Amino acid sequence: MLSGSRRHYYSSAVKNTPQEIAGFKRRLWLAGLCMLLGFVVLTARFYYLQIVSHQKYQTQAENNRIAILPIAPTRGIITDRNGTALVQNFSAYTLEISPAQVEDLEKTIHELQEILEITPRDIRRFHRMREESRNFDTLPLRTRLTDEEVARFAVYKYRFPGVDIQARLYRNYPYQESASHILGYIGRINDRDIERLTENNNILNYRGTDHIGKTGVELSYESSLHGLIGFEEVEVDALGRAVRILSRVPPVVGDSLRLTIDLPLQQLAEKMLDGHKGAVVAIEPTTGEILAMASLPGFDPGLFVDGIDTANWDRLNNSEDKPLLNRAIRGLYPPGSTIKPFLSLGSLVSGKRTATQAIDDIGYFEITSPGGKKYRFRDDKIGGHGRVDMHKAIVESCDTYYYLLANETDIDDTARFLAQFGFGKKTGIDLENESRGVLPSRAWKRERFSGPRYREEHRRWYLGDSISAGIGQGYNSFTPLQLAYATTILANNGKAFRPHLVKSIIDGASGETRDTEPEETVSLSFPKNHLDAIRNAMVDVNLKGTGMRIFKDAPYTSAGKTGTSQVFSLRGDRYHESLVKKHLRDHALFTVYAPVEKPKIAIAVLVENGGFGARAAAPIARKLLDYYLLGKMPVDNDALNTMIRDDENGWDE
Amino acid sequence: MQALQDKGPFLWNRITRHIDAPLMAIVLLILAVGCVTLFSALAPETYRFLRQAKNIGLALVIIWIVANIPPQRIAQAAVPLYLIGMVLLVAVEFFGITVNGSQRWLGVGGFRFQPSELIKLAVPLMLAWYFQRFEGRIHWFNFLVAMILIFLPAYLIRRQPDLGTALLVTVSGCCVLYLARLPWKVILLAIITTVPLIWFFAHDYQKQRVFAFLNPDADPLASGYHTLQASIAIGSGGLYGKGWLSGTQTHLDFLPEHHTDFIFAVYGEEFGFVGNMVLLFLYFVLLLRALIIANNAPSLFSRLLAGAVAMMLFTYTLVNMGMVSGILPVVGVPLPFISYGGTALISLSICIGILMSIQTHKKLVSE
Repeated sequence: MLSGSRRHYYSSAVKNTPQEIAGFKRRLWLAGLCMLLGFVVLTARFYYLQIVSHQKYQTQAENNRIAILPIAPTRGIITDRNGTALVQNFSAYTLEISPAQVEDLEKTIHELQEILEITPRDIRRFHRMREESRNFDTLPLRTRLTDEEVARFAVYKYRFPGVDIQARLYRNYPYQESASHILGYIGRINDRDIERLTENNNILNYRGTDHIGKTGVELSYESSLHGLIGFEEVEVDALGRAVRILSRVPPVVGDSLRLTIDLPLQQLAEKMLDGHKGAVVAIEPTTGEILAMASLPGFDPGLFVDGIDTANWDRLNNSEDKPLLNRAIRGLYPPGSTIKPFLSLGSLVSGKRTATQAIDDIGYFEITSPGGKKYRFRDDKIGGHGRVDMHKAIVESCDTYYYLLANETDIDDTARFLAQFGFGKKTGIDLENESRGVLPSRAWKRERFSGPRYREEHRRWYLGDSISAGIGQGYNSFTPLQLAYATTILANNGKAFRPHLVKSIIDGASGETRDTEPEETVSLSFPKNHLDAIRNAMVDVNLKGTGMRIFKDAPYTSAGKTGTSQVFSLRGDRYHESLVKKHLRDHALFTVYAPVEKPKIAIAVLVENGGFGARAAAPIARKLLDYYLLGKMPVDNDALNTMIRDDENGWDE
Repeated sequence: MQALQDKGPFLWNRITRHIDAPLMAIVLLILAVGCVTLFSALAPETYRFLRQAKNIGLALVIIWIVANIPPQRIAQAAVPLYLIGMVLLVAVEFFGITVNGSQRWLGVGGFRFQPSELIKLAVPLMLAWYFQRFEGRIHWFNFLVAMILIFLPAYLIRRQPDLGTALLVTVSGCCVLYLARLPWKVILLAIITTVPLIWFFAHDYQKQRVFAFLNPDADPLASGYHTLQASIAIGSGGLYGKGWLSGTQTHLDFLPEHHTDFIFAVYGEEFGFVGNMVLLFLYFVLLLRALIIANNAPSLFSRLLAGAVAMMLFTYTLVNMGMVSGILPVVGVPLPFISYGGTALISLSICIGILMSIQTHKKLVSE
């Protein structure tokens, strides 16, 4: 075969006919033409890509190359009015998992446990967060790693794709439970937060942030505290790794808040309430600044910082004592006798009573229902207070005087008058979810019992309703804040300023301080003699009346009013019965302002199930006034309890 | 003759006697462009660049060796090479190494070799030899035999599966058929019948590539990703390119396979439209020289072989550039003289050597 091929090759010269060669050349140069054509097509394509569409591909290449990384701003800090830090930030290492990048989460966590200490609490918290927020790339498993733990993990990091160590800023609440309801807490941004941020067009500002204020000032001043997001333009490779930084817009630190709270006063209030449920609100009448706002029991906001675990959450959320509830602005309590100065002022203004007009108190007041049934409303003092004018009615807290007054006054007129003092309305404090309370009137009752579960007789207003409302019981229920706020109106002779917790905002960028201007919210004018009558009576409460023992030897003048309110249910007709009964579970109340000549502070104290207001609530107010006006810190921690024990058989109202 | 008296020029003459200077010059130019581009594509790594430099050295030696073999000797090698190629292809079928789901490689003592690369050359060689043998009395029967000679290796390669190479082998064979003046009627008929046939035998992933090519934006991260990123690279290069070593698509790894099949995108990104025109011009000059050599070849065998080599070079260039710039589906074809890889470079240097051999031996034949 090979020899054959050779033979043919050598004979080829002979067979090279010109015809054949011409045919070949035709085809060869036709192919050459095709090549030229092919190159023309390629040229056209390059022209299209590189000249015509250059801009588009340039943009796409830049989009490939450049990633904009958000830099979360540092959250602003919070101090009390004296500059003591109540909320700070600290930096800590966290172990974070990107669930999307981890194949077997359980196995990974188990393997991590061999290297680092990961408690069941950490794991429970991790799973809880995973359920709550699916929008996060990474979730923390362990927080606050020590340097040694960081180093140990670094050695084994290759075994854990999708697990990383991050340095994060954490919120620190150095005074733990103190002022916890005011400060509130921050938590991881959940789906609801994202929805809200999206609605407010603010979602972009939170791209690098994973915590947001959930309650308290942390929530209501979220937009100030958060700050402005920064950006880093980085060049990334195809795997998303940053290669170098191209440009950087630094974030703007969040604004710092200086609260109106006086920390020692706040802590004193909390100490005095310790062991009880209750609330204390102290307001500076001339500005509306809240000097103290205690609500007990409290909670440690620090528990929420790394995401709260289920056990602690259940403990806080499901406790009978409701530690998460800010009783000062959310707790509703019948004001009891603390409402009496306001009702008295109302009767003077309406002309139903004069200051000197007196009644005879025989120990009870009786009304007869249209059906002929008699209802008896008792006074606290068996046999009655005798001859009682307005002054005595306030000083001794005589119920019968007010039963009679209520009997003669239309409830709607009462409601209209009390509404001027902020009862039944939000005070406008700079916290979310303030309650408006219940200021009963005919319209209110009709509305309240409008459901199909109620009949017409539930909706009708009875005289009996008016009578019990007349001594601050019945449907009346207000927040301690509302009581303190109304007290500032008495202290200011008719004026009030919006209660607020933030004294000034220190701009994160410029460091400039913006003070919160006092905002006048109420401006009532009453005849001077009316106001004098009420004030004198309230002064005498602390000098000769129900507050006498507690305010003995006080070197300043004060105007107070004790109160005791029944714990009652709003279930239709059953309240009549509970009205007559008095239990130890009554709430103790006390409202006061001082000094009378130039009021510097107005206080409302509420002690749940504290018994009589004079015994449980007034001592707290006294200690607070002593501290605030005289700078005297009580030595005895158990001051309140001692006093209550001393007075076991003490006061009646 | 002074040159003869001087031993230096004599030696130089001995070395360059069978080197076609224009072809050599253009090949060296393209290789230079390749080195510059490959350096950038592999940067900052230099190990593979140096390996490719060695490959280029080897390629130059092979060009010289093949150029010095007279065409008649080359013709003698046609049948053995074809047979060896076929045996190896069958061996791949049974003992081949599977890489990425395709059984294409033969391993011999740590050295991997793709027999399909050999057969790409052996098929046109075999056909040129075959038509030379029946010169002057070529009938339809000879065309039929030639088609079988093409079909057998193409079928084996397609089974690996490697549709791209199977097609290239078919194309290289068909170039010879075409130059051997296969009647136009048959060519038309073949086109009409084979196109649907190819579609029928294509694997799903191959069809997917065609779909991805028709609409690369529809599926930007899967099958169309290569094409899209390559288009972005070339397009973002603009008129003058981003400059050597400055292609972001390349250096940030957005461009896949950027030192092998997609190296042209690196070039296009860094040297722009102007650079592309220069490279196209170089290839065009190369092809033109190959066509001239074919045009002037003294025998049917050398004519057919030189013409087929020219058309093959064109096909590789067009398919690769077309694929990278997104007008042809993705087929694993390296860009001649530029893509990284020893095997392809060696078979290309054999092609160039054959062209030089044909060009420089014809005077001897005609003498």
